[in-house]
Amino acid sequence: MLGRTLQEVSAALKQGQITPTELCQKCLSLIKKTKFLNAYITVSEEVALKQAEESEKRYKNGQSLGDLDGIPVAVKDNFSTSGIETTCASNMLKGYIPPYNATVVQKLLDQGALLMGKTNLDEFAMGSGSTDGIFGPVKNPWSYSKQYREKRKQNPHSKNEDSDWLITGGSSGGSAAAVSAFTCYAALGSDTGGSTRNPAAHCGLVGFKPSYGLVSRHGLIPLVNSMDVPGILTRCVDDAAIVLGALAGPDPKDSTTVHDPINKPFMLPSLADVSKLCIGIPKEYLIPELSSEVRSLWSKAADLFKSEGAKVLEVSLPHTSYSIVCYHVLCTSEVASNMARFDGLQYGHRCDINVSTEAMYAATRREGFNDVVRGRILSGNFFLLKENYENYFVKAQKVRRLIANDFVNAFNSGVDVLLTPTTLSEAVPYLEFIKEDNRTRSAQDDIFTQAVNMAGLPAVSIPVALSNQGLPIGLQFIGRAFCDQQLLTVAKWFEKQVQFPVIQLQELMDDCSAVLENEKSASVSLKQ
Amino acid sequence: MAAPMLRWVGRGRRWTFARVDGGSCHRREAPTGSTSNRIRGRSSVAQQPLYTTQKPRKGEHKWAAVVGLEIHAQISSNSKLFSGSQVRFSAPPNSLVSFFDASLPGTLPVLNRRCVEAAVMTGLALNCHINKKSLFDRKHYFYADLPAGYQITQQRLPIAVNGSLTYGVCAGKKQSQVIPKTVRIKQIQLEQDSGKSLHDDLRSQTLIDLNRAGVGLLEVVLEPDLSCGEEAATAVRELQLILQALGTSQANMAEGQLRVDANISVHHPGEPLGVRTEVKNLNSIRFLAKAIDYEIQRQINELENGGEILNETRSFHYQLGCTMSMRDKEGKQDYRFMPEPNLPPLVLYDATSLPAGADPQQVINIDQIRETLPELPSVTRERLVQQYGMLLEHSFTLLNEVGLLEFFQNVMKETRAEPKKVTSWVLNTFLGYLKQQNLAVSESPVTPSALAELLDMLDSRTISSAAAKQVFEELWKREGKTPGQIVSEKQLELMEDRGALEQLCHSMMEAHPQVVMDLKKGNPRAIRRVR
Repeated sequence: MLGRTLQEVSAALKQGQITPTELCQKCLSLIKKTKFLNAYITVSEEVALKQAEESEKRYKNGQSLGDLDGIPVAVKDNFSTSGIETTCASNMLKGYIPPYNATVVQKLLDQGALLMGKTNLDEFAMGSGSTDGIFGPVKNPWSYSKQYREKRKQNPHSKNEDSDWLITGGSSGGSAAAVSAFTCYAALGSDTGGSTRNPAAHCGLVGFKPSYGLVSRHGLIPLVNSMDVPGILTRCVDDAAIVLGALAGPDPKDSTTVHDPINKPFMLPSLADVSKLCIGIPKEYLIPELSSEVRSLWSKAADLFKSEGAKVLEVSLPHTSYSIVCYHVLCTSEVASNMARFDGLQYGHRCDINVSTEAMYAATRREGFNDVVRGRILSGNFFLLKENYENYFVKAQKVRRLIANDFVNAFNSGVDVLLTPTTLSEAVPYLEFIKEDNRTRSAQDDIFTQAVNMAGLPAVSIPVALSNQGLPIGLQFIGRAFCDQQLLTVAKWFEKQVQFPVIQLQELMDDCSAVLENEKSASVSLKQ
Repeated sequence: MAAPMLRWVGRGRRWTFARVDGGSCHRREAPTGSTSNRIRGRSSVAQQPLYTTQKPRKGEHKWAAVVGLEIHAQISSNSKLFSGSQVRFSAPPNSLVSFFDASLPGTLPVLNRRCVEAAVMTGLALNCHINKKSLFDRKHYFYADLPAGYQITQQRLPIAVNGSLTYGVCAGKKQSQVIPKTVRIKQIQLEQDSGKSLHDDLRSQTLIDLNRAGVGLLEVVLEPDLSCGEEAATAVRELQLILQALGTSQANMAEGQLRVDANISVHHPGEPLGVRTEVKNLNSIRFLAKAIDYEIQRQINELENGGEILNETRSFHYQLGCTMSMRDKEGKQDYRFMPEPNLPPLVLYDATSLPAGADPQQVINIDQIRETLPELPSVTRERLVQQYGMLLEHSFTLLNEVGLLEFFQNVMKETRAEPKKVTSWVLNTFLGYLKQQNLAVSESPVTPSALAELLDMLDSRTISSAAAKQVFEELWKREGKTPGQIVSEKQLELMEDRGALEQLCHSMMEAHPQVVMDLKKGNPRAIRRVR
């Protein structure tokens, strides 16, 4: 049961094959077993069990709230949750219990979902590995999969297994690990430069970043307000569409949500025919750093579309290469501004120093933030200084416009969706990852995902195949603004073609044999 | 009063930290030189745009002062600029604070329609160009009563620009002549108010009240077209009347609903402008005039004595009547302005640009607001002059006292007396009594009806002018009697029986033969001896 998709388990709940409480307890026990993954910062066991009880009553009375009723979900720990500690994996917010729910959290609860807990991340979502939070790094469940371990046994050079675990990617690595390890059926991440799509690709999941303005940011503790979007992590595209259906829509508490009605619910048709589609392949995304495996899968995917009758075009996004440096200026500037509120007065950490207000501010912020956050605050304030503003911030905004226009031009040339890699390669071991600092890693890892946030477009990472090492590789589809449904429809067709294998965690969950019942033969059409 | 702490996380920490700098000026250095001299030196400058030094020397230049004002008016609205919390003066500390006002992480601003309408109204009343598109920015600084670490304001593109404010300055021998003057308005911008810091020096702690945090403000920026304290005071008074007539702000300075900062410099006419200082903490119109005149004279003295004016912020100490530097330790502040990413551009419409089928709840139509503008003070004055034939300066006085115009109009409604008579009684007798006892119009013991009745009796010659004054004095005692009752009780009616009057005259003449003689000799003043 745990290995099923959200859609499948939802059907099982409706048919009474399992009750919400049973499902909740199974997930809770798996959360305990997989504690070493460090996916969760807070497990809200009592809350979840109580919600399950209520859901059970509704099912008994035939008053189910819909597809999400009784479904265990997890939420990244940078979404405000009423009465549940919300830390952003930072000392600054350790012990902070918000008095309100983020709109997206409230919407999930209103649909009857069970909140299993708050998931781990990089401090204030600043990172691409989920390694830089105060609660420690998140371990990629694929490190413990049969697929990966078997490949490693074949490799005579493989070192000690326990110290050689892999990162999840990030910053929503906790959410990705939680879904990937079957502890819940969907999780909320946030996506500012790829923070949902990147860990999705590394953990073999669907990672969806909706159009900016489609889903409310109210209650999402901001990284970059003008780029942040709540993201969705699920095991398949249909599941992502179900969650999106619950979350999308205008929110009076977020003035940047759009009012134009978008077709709801997000039911995805099964495309029988892609011959009317035009797939764009941005030539600038073919860079030397791209691993040969990913490049090969990317071109095979393009070939697949072509062979099924779709038009595949090479397109140019000439300003994409400036995206990372431009993002650096805009992101740090907004970070400097957004972090100004953490002064130890109203909430969160406060130091013991009280010789003066300024000294108290300084010590509080020094103790509360890690090096990465402090570094970004410092750069951001530099860029916003009167003498620098024109040269950095304004310039970066202009470049941002050019990047966004690149996409508009590509779509205007007749392209329906763009197909790109999500990451340069598969997940790397933690010890490998930390050889470079957070800034270098973020710049490398966001390279294919970041420009999308600049333009506010919808994008989704779809797991495609396992690498030679037995690790997942994802490809990214990018759609027109507010054409989220079309994007997911194409992604769904593609997902069906590639038949990505289910993660085999039987050693990990020895007595959770239910996981295996859904195991499909690893018949990957794109397998190398 | 100690404010309850605002804490969302229940850990037992005291709401206390060291005092915030900048709150008190009495600890700071006074300007060099004797303060009292400066105060004395200031007395003559009020009406004189050109200044001379105290010790005139040969061939010396005259000084001219340049004064610009930044006025913050709290918008009169039910809720705050970006949150749903109520706006109320003197509510218990921290009782009107939403999650957004306390800047809880993840909260977002939502613009209050009423505040936008108030800004448009005020802009129109001040002859401004209303920008169809305006933007919000963040202005950053750390301060304990600014929970987000930044204020949302309109730095780049404000809602209204390029207006003007016409006000009247009294001149002439008796200050009875009104000279119209105009000050240009640079811009009007919407912005958030901050909270309040209450410094407890004894326990060396600061208490924060966030009730005011996030209340909508209109910042009205005047061009430096003013030249002395009186002009500034009169211009601000006129603005206050306009805001009150519009209902966009209660503009009560004592309650902090209208706050003024003044930028002041002096120079020799024909030469470049001098270095300016900014004077803050001006919380009454009287102190505004005093502070500006003090600062002008201080700058002149400083420059005359070979000193130099620093570009600095000063605060007015109303007890000492002087301005004092409130220099920041860190020197120049860089506010690191940045566009507010959570608020889309504010787009306004007029009749021509309004999209067809637009939801009236979602759009603001400038033309529609223009139609609903109430009568502005200048128009009211003109109407008073036209309708009642009163002098312009009288119309100024009528509007300047809160409630006086309404009182006057209520008397007019009920009396047959000439408008001139009514004006004279209201402005001289009635206002005189109020001033003498320091009462507001609303506290007056004499009602408009009573005064109307009294004036009717005077008009119909039932009583004499002298008797009327006597009746008024009786009315002021609040004994609940009508003028009619007082007149009949005190037998103050004029006699109308010709025979009786004749008889009275004869007996008077008989009783005062000397007076009659003197009168016949041509000395009319002799009659005064008859009582």
